Amino acid sequence: MKLSKILSVLTLITGAIAISITSIWIGKQAYSWLPPQAAAESHLIDDLISFLVTLGAFIFLGVTSTLMYSVIFHRAEKGDLSDGPHIEGNVTLEVVWTAIPIMLVLWIAGYSSQVYEQMGIQGPTQLVHLHNPVGMESAYAAPQEGVMSEPVEKIDVIAKQWAWVFHYPERNVTSTELHLPSDRRVRLALQSEDVLHGFYIPAFRLKQDIIPSHTIDFEFTPIRQGQYRLTDSQYSGTYFATMQANVVVESDEDYHKWLAKIATQKPAPANNQAASEYAQTANEPVKNGWDTVVPAAPPVVNYSG
Amino acid sequence: MTNIPIDGLSLPAEKPHHETPGGWKEYFSFSTDHKVIGIQYLVTSFFFFLIGGIFAMILRGELITPEADLIDRTVYNGMFTMHGTVMLFLWTFPSLVGFANYLVPLMIGARDMAFPRLNAVAFWMVPVVGILLMASFFVPGGPAQAGWWAYPPVSLQNPTGNLINGQVLWLLAVAISGVSSIMGAVNFVTTIVKMRAPGMTFFRMPLFVWAVLSAQIIQLFGLPALTAGAVMLLLDLTVGTGFFNPSNGGNPVMFQHYFWFYSHPAVYVIILPVFGIFSEIFPVYSRKPLFGYKVVAISSLLIAVVSAIVWVHHMYVSGTPAWMRLIFMLTTMFVSVPTGIKVFAWVATIWGGKLRLNTPMLFALGGLIMFVFAGITGIMLSSVPVDVHVNNTYFVVGHFHYVLFGTVTMGLYAAIYHWFPKMTGRMYYEGWGKLHFWLSFIGTNLNFLPMHPLGLQGMLRRVSSYAPEYEQWNIIASLGAFLLGMSTLPFIFNMVISWMQGEKATDNPWRAIGLEWLVSSPPPVENFEKIPVVISEPYGYGKSEPLVAEEKGVGV
Ligand code: HEM
Ligand SMILES: [Cu+2]
Ligand SMILES: [Cu+2]
Repeated sequence: MKLSKILSVLTLITGAIAISITSIWIGKQAYSWLPPQAAAESHLIDDLISFLVTLGAFIFLGVTSTLMYSVIFHRAEKGDLSDGPHIEGNVTLEVVWTAIPIMLVLWIAGYSSQVYEQMGIQGPTQLVHLHNPVGMESAYAAPQEGVMSEPVEKIDVIAKQWAWVFHYPERNVTSTELHLPSDRRVRLALQSEDVLHGFYIPAFRLKQDIIPSHTIDFEFTPIRQGQYRLTDSQYSGTYFATMQANVVVESDEDYHKWLAKIATQKPAPANNQAASEYAQTANEPVKNGWDTVVPAAPPVVNYSG
Repeated sequence: MTNIPIDGLSLPAEKPHHETPGGWKEYFSFSTDHKVIGIQYLVTSFFFFLIGGIFAMILRGELITPEADLIDRTVYNGMFTMHGTVMLFLWTFPSLVGFANYLVPLMIGARDMAFPRLNAVAFWMVPVVGILLMASFFVPGGPAQAGWWAYPPVSLQNPTGNLINGQVLWLLAVAISGVSSIMGAVNFVTTIVKMRAPGMTFFRMPLFVWAVLSAQIIQLFGLPALTAGAVMLLLDLTVGTGFFNPSNGGNPVMFQHYFWFYSHPAVYVIILPVFGIFSEIFPVYSRKPLFGYKVVAISSLLIAVVSAIVWVHHMYVSGTPAWMRLIFMLTTMFVSVPTGIKVFAWVATIWGGKLRLNTPMLFALGGLIMFVFAGITGIMLSSVPVDVHVNNTYFVVGHFHYVLFGTVTMGLYAAIYHWFPKMTGRMYYEGWGKLHFWLSFIGTNLNFLPMHPLGLQGMLRRVSSYAPEYEQWNIIASLGAFLLGMSTLPFIFNMVISWMQGEKATDNPWRAIGLEWLVSSPPPVENFEKIPVVISEPYGYGKSEPLVAEEKGVGV
């Protein structure tokens, strides 16, 4: 072998190693781009994201450094008007480069399905009909190991333009703040009174659209005490951005104490940003927006956080 | 001029005209010359690109602070709806159709499109769409506010109670744009299949033509679904039928199926011609043949086919059953195989070439790099568990702007610079072009890269206010957006000045191989005095073999 050939093989190997190390490092960083891991499901998803970031970084760096190498070293000299070599293709290379993406796709799809099954957010399994392709009665999540698996009584989640209301059948109380016991499977029944809304808690990595005139069951396991934010993930009209609620994850004991405490409180109208913004703009002398759907009246609840 | 029987299709004899393309007035008239129509599309769509860009800057202006303090929330919602609609229906689609119009007949050695009048009618529907959409700003209640995908029931809520409202105008505009695109698709497919010059076999067609053919096939099967959905929604909205309205027993999720069955493949209608543009540009500026030409050609068709069975990836979390989520995850990921083949072919084309970094090449390279990035985030999005987290967050907005700005718009700029000398007969100013490239490349990344961490942290799309912890990245994104807005200034300046007084261009300033470079710049009215006879493969760089038979055109 000629020296130049050995040299270029060496460069290639060093390059590949450097890119691999960098990609692994970037993949590790991915965890820091994500919110706290507050539900059992979030661990699974974050590992998957980190894996995909590693793989993606490798591909991206591979392609861009090849391109950059060409841009730097394969420039035409000034005044050189000749053509490059007439290379039209290479069957072996083309086959390899088709096989690699196919294998990668199968790998990623396999890993993703596995994670998805472990999360257990299973939709309904009934057959699809043309008229109603989306039966969506349940999205039960399978119990995680190591946590108590008896689900909490089903909490009703009611979404409307633009407020969240949570109803706890155990004591028949309502709240505009979602309280959940830690390390317990919780089961929600998601309902919408008007348009599509979306149930999304970034710290849990979980999301489910809520569809009017359907009740969708949704299960997961909070594992970290603290306060988080629930947002509406499906655009729902004028005050969409204000449709948020606090989520409090506490010990099972505190959770039940809280339920007992609010059961003694008289229902009162909660604070509602959409309603108050609407009232404010209605009072402005000059109208500087367009017409909007009138927000639902502030919900009357036992506890308004 | 008599009828020219080519491949069995006989063209109606047009009135003979041998003058060179008319003055500027021609561009404002009902011209049937595919080149005039092509430029009409390009200029019109660029005008709307600027309008869509102004909307974008208003959006980013609002998002520079966490509070909703710049514009009213209803105005914000109207803005993002119109921004998305204008960018898709009035910028990307028509500008790429403009290039296809201009280039396809030239590239395949035809005198015009198969149906020149239909072509002109299809174009003139575009300004109608634009006028309808802009008019919606002046109806009571303002423009549509339901987002460019118009999901019911939000799109069915009509607070003004008027029959003529922004959403109705919006739906009419979309329907007209659909009709115009179907006309275009019929025309392109017929032209490419029937009107190729002698010797221009399918596997001698330039890859841009392959890409246009594949893209237009998607239009033919996809658009009927969108149009049906739009009409049903219009009926729900105006006469109170209950297709999608849950309070009348309808199913709003059904609309999502109609919508995405077209609107996902629509992404490929946009991106395939851009892949075609890349495939034309890389060989010229690397002076090498396109690597793996046949595989790349077939991969376009493959993308068109697979694109028909991936739409549910937009609906993973809208109550789709598990088995369906997983099947569509697999099909979606498989799109990366033919696209991966293309990326590899481009890299291999550039590798070992003799590179010239003119403005078109810079834009194509920048676009390719950003496309690779978009492809990677796309794979992440197609993975169901990841999508459950980032769906409808800024991660998605970041991803599709890397596609739509990073790839499509950069590809369009590359094409504009590359074919500018052909279209106008003049050269653009290279220095201004490079300045334009660097401003847009930096602006794009500043603007859209921060959207990925924002999305991973859970910042939602379509919000007019947000939690204070997202502020830092949003400031960077907004500054990037303003930079992008500025970057169009050197471009406009360059185009206007060069067109008026640029240096005269030769017929083939890039020494490119392709039929369009054999005619004068700008090309004469009927393109070819004699229809050329093609005798060799495209992209014959390094082979020094003629593309067409010498002096053996088919006489008229
Ligand atoms: C100056 C450059 C641009 C900026 C700053 C920008 C910014 C934005 C913003 C802030 C949104 C709202 C996201 C949301 O909340 O849904 C948006 C949406 C969108 N943009 Fe852009 N954009 C730019 C260029 C483009 C281009 C060139 C295209 C297409 C070629 C495009 C297509 C879209 C689409 C389709 C949407 C979705 C609208 C919707 O969700 O209803 N944008 N853009
Ligand atoms: Cu909502
Ligand atoms: Cu899609």
